[in-house]
Amino acid sequence: MAALVRFLQSTILSKVVVAVTGLFMVLFLLGHMTGNLQMYLGQETMNVYAETLQGLGGLLWVIRGALLLFLVLHVILTLRLKFLSMSARPEPYAVKNYVRATLTSRTMVWSGVMLSLFIVYHLLHFTVKATNPAYGGLFDAAGRHDVYSMVILGYSNVLISMVYIAAMILLGFHLFHAIESMFQTLGINHEKYNPIIHGLSVTLSTIIVVGFIMIPVGVLAGWIALPAGVIVL
Amino acid sequence: MNLDPKIPSGPLAEKWDNHRFEMKLVNPANKRKYSAIVVGTGLAGASAAATMAELGYQVTALCYNDSARRAHSIAAQGGINAAKNYPNDGDSVYRLFYDTVKGGDYRSREANVYRLAQVSNNIIDQCVAQGVPFAREYGGYLDNRSFGGAQVSRTFYARGQTGQQLLLGAYSALMRQVGLGTVDLHTRHEMMDIVLIDGHARGVVVRDMVTGEVQSFAADAVILATGGYSNVFFLSTNAIACNVTAAYRAYKKGAAFANPCYTQIHPTCIPVSGDHQSKLTLMSESLRNDGRIWVPKAKDEKRAPNDIPEDERDYYLERKYPSFGNLSPRDISSRSAKEACDDGRGVGPTGYGVYLDFKDAINRLGKSTIEARYGNLFQMYERITGEDPYQVPMRIYPAAHYTMGGLWVDYNLQSTIPGLHVLGEANFSDHGANRLGASALMQGLADGYFVIPYTIGNYFATAKTEKVTTEHPEFKRAEEEVRGRIDSLLALDGSRTVVSIHRELGKIMWDYCGMARNEQGLKKALELIPELRQEFWENAKVVGDGENLNSALERAGRVADFLEFAELMCHDALNRNESCGGHFREEYQTEDGEAKRNDEDYTYVAAWEYKGVGNEPVLHREPLEFENVQLQTRSYK
Amino acid sequence: MKLKLHIWRQKNARDKGKMVTYEVDGIISDMSFLEMLDVLNEKLILNSEEPVAFDHDCREGICGACSLTINGIPHGPEKETTICQLHMRHFKDGDEIYIEPFRARAFPVIRDLVTDRSAFDRIMQAGGFVSARTGGVPDANAIPISKKEADLAMDNAACIGCGACVASCKNASAMLFVAAKVSQYAHLPQGQPERKRRVLNMVAQMDKEGFGGCTNQYECEAVCPKGISVASIALMNRDFFKASVTE
Repeated sequence: MAALVRFLQSTILSKVVVAVTGLFMVLFLLGHMTGNLQMYLGQETMNVYAETLQGLGGLLWVIRGALLLFLVLHVILTLRLKFLSMSARPEPYAVKNYVRATLTSRTMVWSGVMLSLFIVYHLLHFTVKATNPAYGGLFDAAGRHDVYSMVILGYSNVLISMVYIAAMILLGFHLFHAIESMFQTLGINHEKYNPIIHGLSVTLSTIIVVGFIMIPVGVLAGWIALPAGVIVL
Repeated sequence: MNLDPKIPSGPLAEKWDNHRFEMKLVNPANKRKYSAIVVGTGLAGASAAATMAELGYQVTALCYNDSARRAHSIAAQGGINAAKNYPNDGDSVYRLFYDTVKGGDYRSREANVYRLAQVSNNIIDQCVAQGVPFAREYGGYLDNRSFGGAQVSRTFYARGQTGQQLLLGAYSALMRQVGLGTVDLHTRHEMMDIVLIDGHARGVVVRDMVTGEVQSFAADAVILATGGYSNVFFLSTNAIACNVTAAYRAYKKGAAFANPCYTQIHPTCIPVSGDHQSKLTLMSESLRNDGRIWVPKAKDEKRAPNDIPEDERDYYLERKYPSFGNLSPRDISSRSAKEACDDGRGVGPTGYGVYLDFKDAINRLGKSTIEARYGNLFQMYERITGEDPYQVPMRIYPAAHYTMGGLWVDYNLQSTIPGLHVLGEANFSDHGANRLGASALMQGLADGYFVIPYTIGNYFATAKTEKVTTEHPEFKRAEEEVRGRIDSLLALDGSRTVVSIHRELGKIMWDYCGMARNEQGLKKALELIPELRQEFWENAKVVGDGENLNSALERAGRVADFLEFAELMCHDALNRNESCGGHFREEYQTEDGEAKRNDEDYTYVAAWEYKGVGNEPVLHREPLEFENVQLQTRSYK
Repeated sequence: MKLKLHIWRQKNARDKGKMVTYEVDGIISDMSFLEMLDVLNEKLILNSEEPVAFDHDCREGICGACSLTINGIPHGPEKETTICQLHMRHFKDGDEIYIEPFRARAFPVIRDLVTDRSAFDRIMQAGGFVSARTGGVPDANAIPISKKEADLAMDNAACIGCGACVASCKNASAMLFVAAKVSQYAHLPQGQPERKRRVLNMVAQMDKEGFGGCTNQYECEAVCPKGISVASIALMNRDFFKASVTE
């Protein structure tokens, strides 16, 4: 434990942890997005997928626990780094201009904080269903929890959809700097491969954002529709 | 005054080895009992401090900059010579020695120069081991180039930043010792005076430039590595704060000052653009490999350079020195530029500039080749002047660059004050009347890494001085003097800034003791300088207090010393009735305007003894004996 | 050319400090930025006011002493140019210019625009060297080094230690400075024996000095007067991780 604390005291190693946890979360996002896009394949496929996930039992909790740990580490370490950085310049510049640093890269901590708040809301909304307890009572014809309908019901509210879409755009900005940055922190920077890394960063962030947004957009546009027999609450 | 050079016995090639054997050693266990103060952290100072600390001596190092890494050695561009003979083109220790003695116009000490050539190879080894990234060939071995008109390729370089890389090497060695606690380094401390006890140099008085505190350091020996005095000309290639104060203070305390009139004027600098100018920027001499130097044939030419037809241009170096042409040595190129401008044919807004034209080279080799060779220099030129040298010829003019003169030292690098040793540009020893390109870095590091660490041990082992502390009354007295001087500077409340007086001094020196000198002009300068000095003490203005960082006060102290030192330079120039190297006396030239040496009467080192402000200093002569090299006339026709 | 200057004035480290506005006239385009300040200082002295203190020495872009933030950008608007090499032709009549010191907790202001950058020296003392005793070394050509590696070492060795990387960084991080030195030696065989020790010690000292962490925004590279690449930072991250795990 003491070794771990010492490890994390170094700014560089903290960042390595931030990068690695970020990497896992990106992988999770890719999986989550691919899974969610099954909404376009209809109620049956989506609900089977959801049931399979639930059927993982203990393993599901291990994954959830790991994700939570990654998230907590990611947030705590970046906040600590942020406080260090803030104390590293007590007297601000009267005028400050940037040549290369982008708005996205300069606001990572804020986009991060907002995304954390969004995650809390998202969990309360669809996982714990605290905001909408009625979602727990949705079942499909086969008696499975009707995740498909729940999602559609959730996004049918334009305001909620807008929140999700806005959060995903924010996520996009966050990832746009994060993915490329992760390579640098992990020590991967080579003239020959930098354009590829940059391309990968742009492509991945775009895919994730567009993929997620397609669901509320699909619901609002009517591309994904409620099956017959589900009562709109 | 004792000017015994203490040259070791034996044949030239064996002198240093013999001497190293004959010198007394300090027992390893006793080394920590001896201490030295090193003033200056340039190539010579940093390398000396680091090496002596490695040996086990207690070292205190001082510099005026905020970091030891900023000494002006850092600005050297071209390279460093060594007799490695890696290119197999016939170089040898003897050839490097010979070239240096000849290049110095036979006014340097043979034994010192030979030792310099000998240790030149060790310097390269040392620097490479420290991680200095010298240029390499594809095979992985070190690259060499020819430089400054040398007929062999013996110059090692790190792009155009050789001085920087060598200094950072020495600085890193110094930092290692500071980290180990063996060197006590004080940055932003300026040496104000040297303290003698029983005739031996035992310490220095310094001013903490941040708090203004005047304090002392005591030691068994003092080493000055404080650079040259080109800033006496106000405009030079030196850094703004480079000064003569440390050396001049030592001179006032009894150290002989040798050959102060030997100053080097570098031919390829960016010309002065106006009265606002604070310093001059050197452009590497390598530009002369492809550029052609010319001025218009007509006086007061008003046309743009590209509008002046070929037959109305005077390629004066090619005309006067057909075999060396644009590559003629520094002193000759500089003087010819001055002649053309004095003739009213200079170019640019001030009339003090000549063209360095790359048009023919671009036509011959293509723009891309020129860009590959000089791209960074062209960029620097454009940054400063706003003109594109690919389109318009560059304008260049000579500028004060390096000073061969300095405190007199013997073979052990000890001055006439026992215990006071002087290294690098601050001493006079190795370059005679003219320094060759890429030799300054070599000398600084030779003195610091390979000479003083040996000779200082001999001094410690033989001097056997008593231990002193800064409580000694001599220290207290010196501190009081320094405080009094600071107070009198702070009391100056006239109507002129110190910088304006420095600029005026520079003009006097440049006009009368610059590239070409004559008796009448030097006498005139000797009248003008005391007047200006009086003007300084009566009419200069220094603001601020002594308890905080005060750049006006720092400048005033340095200029006050330049105002005294300038006179010494003129006395020396007046005394030397011959032309040699960087010292050109108009009365002593051949019919076609070449320098005329007088070996009969002036084959000596002129070492001057201080006799009070305004009083004529006393000349002492150290005869130069040439046993190995035959004195010849330098000719570049 | 007439200019309005807003300059940070602070008598000493204990003083609070504030921005003060000055006007200068008669500035010509061939002046360097520092010569423009010289003009102001000459004027101030004749008015019995204390001149603006700023660090400078070589005035040819190599010593690394000059350290001004011009309108929020260290060393001003020109790419790969120190402030001493920035000329007034890049400004125009009537411009307002904000001149501030390099700001960071690790660079406390000593006076006006002069800061204490000795933190860099202490980082160097922690490991910015090859331990090679004078004299006890092999022939310079005994170790061949590929031209490419030697050039990479030189690219990093070009650092002038000015601190613009710290001053420009949103986090006041010194990563580029430290990484440049670590990379120089990492690219050379001479640097290998102390490679792990060096990176551990230098980074530890860097953290101790109170610099912020790096967030890969590369502002440092953009303002670096010597154009040092952030690839050096990636190399240092790699080396530091390796060394932390194995040492």
